[in-house]
Amino acid sequence: MRLRNALVLAGMAAVLLYAVGHLPSRGDPAAPAHRRTSLAGTPGAGTYYLEHALEDAATPNVVTVVLADYRSVDTLGETLVVFTGGVACLLILRRRQ
Amino acid sequence: MRTPSRSLVVVLAARGLAPAIQLFALYVVFHGHYSPGGGFQGGVLLAASFVLVRLAEGYGAGQHQIPRRAGLLLGVAGVLLFGAVGAAAFLTGGNFLDHGRVPLPGFAPADLRSLMILVIEVGVAITVAAVLTAIYDELLGDEDDA
Amino acid sequence: MTWPIELILYVVLLVTALASLEVHSLLAASVILTAFSFVCALLMLSVGAVDVAFTEAVVGAGLVGVLYIVAIFRTTRRSTD
Repeated sequence: MRLRNALVLAGMAAVLLYAVGHLPSRGDPAAPAHRRTSLAGTPGAGTYYLEHALEDAATPNVVTVVLADYRSVDTLGETLVVFTGGVACLLILRRRQ
Repeated sequence: MRTPSRSLVVVLAARGLAPAIQLFALYVVFHGHYSPGGGFQGGVLLAASFVLVRLAEGYGAGQHQIPRRAGLLLGVAGVLLFGAVGAAAFLTGGNFLDHGRVPLPGFAPADLRSLMILVIEVGVAITVAAVLTAIYDELLGDEDDA
Repeated sequence: MTWPIELILYVVLLVTALASLEVHSLLAASVILTAFSFVCALLMLSVGAVDVAFTEAVVGAGLVGVLYIVAIFRTTRRSTD
């Protein structure tokens, strides 16, 4: 059993290491995530966010602007998830009087 | 749980640390425009300070900070604050969560968006702090109140 | 040139992950998991994701450990009486 577990872990590690070896190196400007345009040639959303965040929202921190302004529906969903998790915990854990 | 050991060192350390953690949490929430941080992290720090007081001083002392009943109500209040900011843009015909269209006179659209981002962060912080404290309350309950 | 630091952090990350699996006391395992979270936060910091590192340090190393320990106390008490 231990041998089988070790073999499964080693196989998983081999797959992951193979995938890591083909990732672009850190900070590579030619990586798809860092290009100005997407692979299809259309301008990327990240470029727009970086260039227009300060004039759109008068906030220097681009991360805050993306989280709370451009993608604020995402943040609303995240807050609802936290709240729903709390309600579920309360429903499960509330002691029966 | 066992009766809390009212060690002097633990109690004094918690009393000294909790206000500092709360102050840092407020800094994280309100300085999120200029530095890493924001509503979620600040809310978790706030909840950590509440849990610290409950752990060190016993359950009863923490009830003066944020009572058990208020946990869920504050969580709802935070989500509703977020939703109200989003729905306020409807009043002038904007899209949901379009902060520049919130009807608040005297602001340029960019400044208005910056202000509404802050309101949203405060709402997230209130929800996260209240919900995490409520989860701790329900987990431990008033069992350790000697 | 930060790769020696990152190498040390990766080794510590692996050691804490395996130790939390192998240790028998649940209390010790949860404490080691908070250490794992903190090393994870340091690694996030080293790749430049400051916001993610901050969240990981606050949530993983700060509050979740307390919730784990409280849950462990609750469950052991339940099982004895």
